[in-house]
Formats: sequence, structure tokens, C-alpha cells
Amino acid sequence: MKTPFSLLLGSVGAALVACALTSPRVVAADKVDPVADAKAFQNFFFQKFPNVKREDFVNGPYSMNEDMKRQWQEKEEFPPYEFALDAGKEMFATPFKNGKTYADCFPNGGIGIRQNYPYFDTKEGKVITLELALNRCREANGEAPYSYVKDEMASLTAYMAYTSRGKPMDIKIPDDPRALEAFENGKRYFYTRRGQMNFSCASCHVQSPGERIRAETLAPALGILNAMPIYRSEWSGMGTTSRRFVTCNSQTRAVPLEPQSDEYRDVEYFLSYVANGLPISGPGARP
Amino acid sequence: MKRACLLATLVALTIALPSARAATEADYKAAYAAAEAAAKEAASLRHQWTTTVSTLTAAKKAADGGDFDRAFAAAKEAEALAKASIFQANSEKEAWKAMEIR
Repeated sequence: MKTPFSLLLGSVGAALVACALTSPRVVAADKVDPVADAKAFQNFFFQKFPNVKREDFVNGPYSMNEDMKRQWQEKEEFPPYEFALDAGKEMFATPFKNGKTYADCFPNGGIGIRQNYPYFDTKEGKVITLELALNRCREANGEAPYSYVKDEMASLTAYMAYTSRGKPMDIKIPDDPRALEAFENGKRYFYTRRGQMNFSCASCHVQSPGERIRAETLAPALGILNAMPIYRSEWSGMGTTSRRFVTCNSQTRAVPLEPQSDEYRDVEYFLSYVANGLPISGPGARP
Repeated sequence: MKRACLLATLVALTIALPSARAATEADYKAAYAAAEAAAKEAASLRHQWTTTVSTLTAAKKAADGGDFDRAFAAAKEAEALAKASIFQANSEKEAWKAMEIR
């Protein structure tokens, strides 16, 4: 009886050792690693489109199609977002009723800071987007918040983006498990299929950039938010990042979430982080 | 041969008749309640489909107009859509990883 028992004990011991040796690898595989994710994300697009200059990805469908690019470059001489840009500049400088301005709410007076948004607020434990920060600024100064999807919000963010044009996206992920969780949640949202069409964001913007979906040429996901906000001919007007997410959801026949919901903030955090190093090109114009 | 044809016709009628029965208000209400419950679950999973919502609305509109056949059919369709969206939500909890760039 002694021999079988020692054999059993030996087997259990060997199994435990094996588990101890293999489990760190399992944890490592599941570990949230934004740096590795961003590198893989960028390399995927750089390898898939070797002829596209890296800084061109921020120009969406125009980076995928030479004819469209030429038309867009012509249009940029009198860009359709110009009215919003002028309105945003004026709004930004106009004091609130209490005499303060947007500049009082932001670092560097709100000029040239677009590339740092969204950021993770370690006090609140959540992602703060530029749109959210602008409305919080308004409310803190006794003003009613704007709609997150268009009009005034699009004008304000257009002006702020313009002051950051050419600056590389520079999103930080602090050493905080909640920030890593927000990044991971954003990533999951980006790749999750939803709606009756069973599409994820990645179905169009990772698997099919440059391809057509009906009359539209799909933009690559890399740098897709660097051009925000955008004037879309389809909308006959300006739209914010929130509007873009809401519209994408509707197009897949998914009921959109509320603008600035946690999920949308997290996916903006993910998409912005993986575009680190690519220049801000907003405000943009799209078909 | 004639007997076989008669028998086949009788069998076909036996199968077809119950389903051809017009839906009642009670049928509609039961179907709508089931669809609404499934739609609520889909919404709680943040995976509601626009078509579920519009089909539920269409069911209610048909019922309000007294067309319980159409209302019943729409409620059944809405339930099927909601259940498909719940399946999607649950399967995507893991399936999204297959699409990830690594």
C-alpha cells in the first residue's frame, strides 16, 4: 500500500508544480498591456497598407484612395468646417455670465491641448473626454451644458482641435488598475459585435478599411479620432466623437448608448491611446 | 390512389387549421409580454437592437388598431429578435477576443 500512496503523492506534487509553472504564463497572456496593444495595432495597419505614410492614417478614407484624397485636398482650400471653426473660436473667447472663460478650466488656457484628451482622472476613477470636460466647465460656471453630438460642442472642439493640429496624440495611462480596466473595456467594446447586422467597430475599421460599404469608403481605425470633430456631408453638418459612435451603432442596428456613457468614454480612450504619436488633424471633413 | 390523396388532404388540413386560427387579444398580450421581457433583458445587457424596439412598437400599433393577427406575429418576431440579441451579448463576452489585433 505504501508504494501506491507515495506514487499518488508524487503525482499530486508534480501536478501542483506544473500548475505553478504554467499559471504565471496564463496570467501574463491575460494581462492588460496597452503598450504592446498599441504597438500591435499600429503595426497591423502599417503592414496592411505599406504605401500609406504613417501620418496619413489620420485622414481616414482619403489615406486609402488617391482620387478621394485629391478631391479632399481641393476642398480643404475652403473647408466645410470653417464656419464651425470661426464660431468655436468666438465662443471660446466669450466670457460666461460670471466673467470667466473656457480658458480658465483647462491647462495652458485650453490652447494646444487636444492631443492630451481623453485622460484618466485618478480622483474620479474615470475617463474624461474633451467634450465632457467642456460641459463640466460650463456647468461649473453656471451655464447649461451643450448637446454632446453637434452644433456648439462641435464648434468648440473644432477650435480646440485646430490649435493642436500637427501635435502628436499623447494619451497617458496612469499606473492605476482602474485606468487599465477602462482601456480594456474600451478595447472590448471596439471588438464586440452588436446590432442586428452583427458588426463590431473592427468589422469595418480593422477588417475592411479602404473597402466600400455602399457608397462609403471605410476609414482605418488607426487615427480615426485624430480628425474629430468632423464635417460630414452625410450629416450636412458637424459632428463630435459622440455623434460618430452613436451613428456607428445605429448603422449596425444597435440601439446607441447615451453620449458620454462609460462605454463610449472607454472606447475613445482605447482608440486615442493606440493612435499615440499620430498627429491631430481635426477638425476634419468626410463624405 | 384517390384514398391516399384524400388522406393526405385531411392530414394537411389537420396540421394547417390550428395555425390558421385568428390570434386573439389574449394571444397577443401573452406574446407581447414575453417579447417585452426579452427586450428588457437585452437592454440590461446593453445589446438592444433597433429592430427589436421598432417591431415591438409595430406590434402595439397593430393591437391598438384591433389587428391581433398582425400584432401577435410582430410580438413573436420581436421576441425572436430580442433573444438573438441576448445570444449575441452572451457569446460576444468571449468571442470578441478572436477579432483582436495581437
